Amino acid sequence: MEFFVISMLNGLSYGLLLFMLSSGLTLIFSMMGVLNFAHASFYMLGAYLGYTVSRFTGFWPALLLAPIVVGGLGAVFERLCLRKVHKYGHVPELLITFGLSYVIIELVQLVWGRIALEFHPPAILQGPAFTLINNSAQGLSLQWGAAPAQLCAAADATIRVVCSPFPATRGFMMLVALVMLGSVWLLLTRTRIGLVIQAALTHPEAVEALGHNVPRVFMLVFGAGSALAGLAGVIGGSTFLTEPAMAATVGSVIFVVVVVGGMGSLSGAFLASLLIGVLQTFAVAFDYSLGTLAQQLGVAPGSALLSSSYVKLTLSQVAPILPYLFLVLILIFRPRGLLGTREG
Amino acid sequence: MKTHYEFKPLNIGRWLVWSLFALLLAVAPLVFRSGLAVTVLSQMGIAIIACLSYNMLLGQGGMLSFGHAVYTGLGAFLAIHALNAVSAGSLPIPVATVPLAGGLAGLVFAVLFGYVTTRKAGTTFAMITLGLGELVFAMSLMIPEFFGGEGGVSGNRVVGKGYMGINFGPPVQVYYLIAVYTFLSVAAMFAFTRTPLGRMLNAVRDNPERVEFVGYDAQKVRYLAFIIAGFFAGISGGLGALNFEIVTAEVVGAGRSGAYLLFTFLGGATFFFGPILGAILMVLAFVLFSELTNAWLLYLGLIFLVTVMYAPGGIASLIMMNLRVAAYGRLRELWVSYLALAVTALVVLAGAGAMIEMVYHLQLNSAGGSELRFIGVPLDAKGANSWFGAAFVLLTGLGLFELTRRVFLRHWGEIQEFIEKETKRKEAL
Repeated sequence: MEFFVISMLNGLSYGLLLFMLSSGLTLIFSMMGVLNFAHASFYMLGAYLGYTVSRFTGFWPALLLAPIVVGGLGAVFERLCLRKVHKYGHVPELLITFGLSYVIIELVQLVWGRIALEFHPPAILQGPAFTLINNSAQGLSLQWGAAPAQLCAAADATIRVVCSPFPATRGFMMLVALVMLGSVWLLLTRTRIGLVIQAALTHPEAVEALGHNVPRVFMLVFGAGSALAGLAGVIGGSTFLTEPAMAATVGSVIFVVVVVGGMGSLSGAFLASLLIGVLQTFAVAFDYSLGTLAQQLGVAPGSALLSSSYVKLTLSQVAPILPYLFLVLILIFRPRGLLGTREG
Repeated sequence: MKTHYEFKPLNIGRWLVWSLFALLLAVAPLVFRSGLAVTVLSQMGIAIIACLSYNMLLGQGGMLSFGHAVYTGLGAFLAIHALNAVSAGSLPIPVATVPLAGGLAGLVFAVLFGYVTTRKAGTTFAMITLGLGELVFAMSLMIPEFFGGEGGVSGNRVVGKGYMGINFGPPVQVYYLIAVYTFLSVAAMFAFTRTPLGRMLNAVRDNPERVEFVGYDAQKVRYLAFIIAGFFAGISGGLGALNFEIVTAEVVGAGRSGAYLLFTFLGGATFFFGPILGAILMVLAFVLFSELTNAWLLYLGLIFLVTVMYAPGGIASLIMMNLRVAAYGRLRELWVSYLALAVTALVVLAGAGAMIEMVYHLQLNSAGGSELRFIGVPLDAKGANSWFGAAFVLLTGLGLFELTRRVFLRHWGEIQEFIEKETKRKEAL
């Protein structure tokens, strides 16, 4: 039970991190039709800049400043490069962001080196947020913060006690993601700016005729999307690892999220990122393979079959490919994505 | 409306071009005799097939794939397994046909994966190919029986006596095998562009909706093209397996797919011969430029960005535009501008290069002191003088380059207007 709860929460927190990334990607895509290949690179930049800023100012100002810097860089890139290729169509737009991802990863290695950085969360987030105590005599109880040692040690041998801590960084990640989701939603649906953005999405000419500067709106949206990626980067970098490969590990997964959720659908991206986060987290925790499964079902496969690596592959080993398998299945059975509206 | 001149009754131009290409392939190793040169030439042949097959998707079909290495890579793996089977005596085929086994593997996997990927076009297609590429790469580390785990699968291309003394032991013999395959594949892929299917593919690229109205299935056209591209990609992978005699998991990786895209685009996706230039550049970059500097990937990324912004047709389109200007006899007046552009661009490069090299030096080999030599100039990576000098050179170059660029653009526009007027005048005659 407590294993299930903790795994579920871990999965949800990873899924929410994925959503922080894919929301910016989806926002930019549905606005401008540009699939930003360098989105994960902005995530990486956020982590690295967050690390550098936090060394001077501490973690909390960095959490605010690094995304702003990343957003500014994104806006500058849109203004100087992306706008120039807009007239050639979507493929060159994708290509220029692809080229940018190369340049960013090289620059990051140039400035910060090729090894992982020591980017720690602040002291307040370093312990567990709460601990689930499963006592076979008293049942399940919850303790905020770290549980004291005498609670986790059984008084006599017949009572089994299991303590499962839930890290505070992951709780903080969930909190930030939900706040971000709420504020983006409010901004888009309840403010004048959101109105202009939504209108520029569908009727750019009309919006321009009403006196709004649509190219500038695009620039700001691109900057805002990059800033969201940067924010995710500061949190992801301090929770997991800040290293040059971090963009590549997340990059392809968020593309999967966007396709599975349905292109340009924010709620679809939300659903898909939670699904994939939970799926991967649970898969890593299970050590079952086809062979052990068959044995548990009472089927005894031959020893030759048991020793082949396909049968020996455990679910945790297969975990990295699950999102992509999920993508393929979705494409076969529901090509428009989970909540996608149109074919094509 | 004909777009090109044709000789009648015998198309001399075509015969000339293809004979020259064959001659070039045959004579190249006689001119460049060193071991390195033969290796580089072999790799160029392999890369040419790969980039052309990639361009069948990108340039002719408008399908931006981020997972082309899946087909070259799986072709390579199947080819090396076929080669090992030949060595073991369980597969009675000559070694020269092993790349065809790779091609068949590429075709089979393209049939399998293409069904999923070609259901969509445009950006969705790009993302799905990326996902599939990641899927195959992740699988490659999971199944050591087929992919050989970390160490890869190695083979030995010298099997038995060989035929008439050709046993593919010396690299030159392998080069000639690759040359034959390259020539045949390039010819076949060029022929494909003239088939009804190739023409339909262009139509699907330009306007899929209309294609559907005319009664074709755009998805099926894309799928067929994808399969053919997979076949040639597999051949290229198989040749690579024969050439290196070892195949590791990185041949299906995202880096390889990205390189195909980058260099095909740099060479020029809009012309048939563009990817050939791109492939030659690719091998030069990976084998020679990477020796010269640590920062070569950064330079490559920057060059790519500039190409996408200012020359979306790649090198091939630049050549063709200047040929058009030359055909109207106006190229002569541009050479001064070109010279000025080249000189100022070199100044910019020198300044930027000095800065990049200094940072890299600080980052990677600071243990050996902070002095380095860049194009013969001694620099001190920690000294303000060197930094100020480099920045000064860079800014001066940038200013001068911008000035010459403006003059050149005016001149260029004038010439283009003149050409358009001339073509209109000729049409009116």
